[in-house]
Amino acid sequence: MNRLLFEKRGDAVYLSHLDLMRVFQRAFKRADILIWHSQGFSPRAYVSIALPLPVGMESRCEILDFEIEDGAVELPTLAGRLNAVLPAGIRVLAAYESARKAKELTRLQAEVTLEYDGGIPEGAQQALGAFFARDSVVVTKHSKKGDKEVDIKPLLHSLEMTARNRNELRLTCVLSAQNPGLNPQLLIAAIETYLPEMKPDFARICRMEVLDDGNTPFR
Amino acid sequence: MTDTLHRILPQVQKPARYVGGEYNQIVKDKRDVDVRVAFCFPDTYEIGMSNIGMRILYGLMNELPGVWCERVFAPWGDMEEKMREHAIPLYALESHDPIKEFDLIAFTIGYEMSYTNILNMLDLSGVPLLARERKGLENIVFAGGVCAVNPEPLADFIDFFSFGEGEEITKEILVCYRQAKKDGCSKEDFLLRVSRIDGIYVPSFYEHSYNPDGTLAAITAKNGAPAKVRKRIVQDMDASYFPTKTIVPSTEIVHDRTNLELFRGCIRGCRFCQAGFCYRPVRAKGVDTLCRQAIESLEDSGNSEMTLASLSTSDYRHLPALADRLLDYCEPRKINLSLPSLRADNFSRELMLRVQKVRKSGLTFAPEAGSQRLRDAINKNVTEHEILETCATAFSGGWNSVKLYFMLGLPTETDEDVMAIAELVNKIVHCWRETASNKKRRLSINLATAFFVPKPFTPFQWERQISSDEYLRRVHLLQSCLTARGVDYRYHESDLSRLEAVLARGDRRLSNVLLRAHELGCKLDGWDEYFRYDLWMQAFSDCGVDPDFYTTRGFAEDEILPWQTMDVGVSRAFFLRERALAYQSVTTPDCRTKCAGCGARVLSERGVCDE
Repeated sequence: MNRLLFEKRGDAVYLSHLDLMRVFQRAFKRADILIWHSQGFSPRAYVSIALPLPVGMESRCEILDFEIEDGAVELPTLAGRLNAVLPAGIRVLAAYESARKAKELTRLQAEVTLEYDGGIPEGAQQALGAFFARDSVVVTKHSKKGDKEVDIKPLLHSLEMTARNRNELRLTCVLSAQNPGLNPQLLIAAIETYLPEMKPDFARICRMEVLDDGNTPFR
Repeated sequence: MTDTLHRILPQVQKPARYVGGEYNQIVKDKRDVDVRVAFCFPDTYEIGMSNIGMRILYGLMNELPGVWCERVFAPWGDMEEKMREHAIPLYALESHDPIKEFDLIAFTIGYEMSYTNILNMLDLSGVPLLARERKGLENIVFAGGVCAVNPEPLADFIDFFSFGEGEEITKEILVCYRQAKKDGCSKEDFLLRVSRIDGIYVPSFYEHSYNPDGTLAAITAKNGAPAKVRKRIVQDMDASYFPTKTIVPSTEIVHDRTNLELFRGCIRGCRFCQAGFCYRPVRAKGVDTLCRQAIESLEDSGNSEMTLASLSTSDYRHLPALADRLLDYCEPRKINLSLPSLRADNFSRELMLRVQKVRKSGLTFAPEAGSQRLRDAINKNVTEHEILETCATAFSGGWNSVKLYFMLGLPTETDEDVMAIAELVNKIVHCWRETASNKKRRLSINLATAFFVPKPFTPFQWERQISSDEYLRRVHLLQSCLTARGVDYRYHESDLSRLEAVLARGDRRLSNVLLRAHELGCKLDGWDEYFRYDLWMQAFSDCGVDPDFYTTRGFAEDEILPWQTMDVGVSRAFFLRERALAYQSVTTPDCRTKCAGCGARVLSERGVCDE
């Protein structure tokens, strides 16, 4: 299996999962690499991106799998060839062969930056630290199928907090990635629910690293 | 800290369309730029980015040193609401700079129902809507596109119109503007200068006066403006500017593919079709030019689909040779080639089978009228025999779905003509039973009828539009005759087509109505989610304008027409002749069989058409 590790930053964070697949399908064509096409009524260049990233979220560690139509592709030069034809914000960091299956990707390290326009509220770090140390944090998850109560605590493996400046508080955490995964957005939802006075004016989220069960980077 | 724009983007639908940054977008260093153009498309990103004209002119303007042209689209309602709530003015996608900071604000207008979007976009930019309230050389608003054939409803808002094809005139406008800026001209001086360019129409240089019955009494040119403004055209399509490196949207748009324009103009002369007359004379690109442009465009964009676009693709003289060469390139690369607007008469089985190798696309016919008599009256030269032959070929080749487009309310239409649509549908069903090679999948027929809108610069420009009630009666008559299974019938709403008819043939008095409609909140009228007919009717009534004056009344042949300052090349005498023939149900042969003397040849420097 051929695999790309790429990042999605800047205004590219607004691309949806489907958009992103189309962007890569075209980028491969622009780089004159014919990737394997699905069979059937309407053949499509096949790319598979693990763990769809929610729209608006940044990432330094996206994983894309692809196959070549026939023959081989020179992997060492591939990142450069693709980066020359990708839109702003999407950048391939590495291209390599891998036998590891996407299901081994079980954890994510994410940075959640809480922005307080009027300055970080007094005592926020202690309050938030104590809050996330609870045994159980139940939040309401909104989905197309309706609202559901979930305990996010078992899916939150670690959390560290640092003040970046007087307006920004950063949570660095390791979360479950799938089956089930924890959308870092729910950490904000939890703060809004239980500590409304600590509710940030805005939060930005960046996926920093994909990990396996042993907390080592998944490649 | 995150700025306001980036805080609201996660809250709106499809935020990717509001940030730019796509492959091939053009960003310039502001220090090297002395003329900034905000190129506005008065509809959503998805529609605007599908427009080939915008792509051509974006490339062309940005090739000029010192000029930076950026894109602007109408935001969807949710985004507009957030922008207004947070006082974010409309901005250009490339620089994110507010439109108010731009020298020139250009609109390309292809559809009457986008007029309120123009007003709304100016409003969102904080730019005065009325041309006379914009005083200086900054924020000059000009417009082009097919709606410039009748610019009158927009006369109060647009400083000047660029009439015809933009490849040459746009450069002349920019040169003129730059010089005016350098010379420290007033806006009036600049308008005087720009009005001297062939194809420029400055509405404020013309006075329109009316008779007591509401018809036009006189149109008087002032300030030395020309009595007639003649459409500009590209003389040599092979030599003309065409960008093969164009923006590749990262998010899905309506026509998400490479568009290859084979030729401009049309040899057919369907009497209802504005494009068919307004883009004359016929000028084609050569096969070599097209193959080069196709390959360059596909390689640069990475698109996996290409459309051969023209008003009537199968009238391209070298279509088989072109299709062969393009397929040789496309097939091994898994690129799908689609050929829309093929005519039933020469839609060859071979071509159909070759094209479907990569991907099978649908079969679409637009007979426009159900009976041969009415098809003759509108000069839609396709016969029932040809339609059924093509269907038989397609069905035996494995196709099982057909789309059929008709119009209701065409001049001379009777109930027999309406019922003939159902008869034709039945014959197609019968044809499928006899010829289909694959009956496991059922036949599906998508039938759609539109409400005929008489348009300027067609032989039907004087015609009355039937009333909405009468249109709906004919819809229901057709519905009651459709008995075959597997037919999905959809019809256009009457309200939208009635308004389209008003704006298409409207005069200057509609500027007030547009302004009032905008104040009442009309926008994105082409979208069901936003179209508010009740508000439009209120706007008409508030302004004391009767929509029927422009629709069911019809225009007398000796009446002064609001759009008669504009000259598309095709003569009034020709339109009158064609109108008379329509009433006799007599067809006019296509231009290749016999030149009908429409007059468009005068636009060609060498006096040629369809070489």
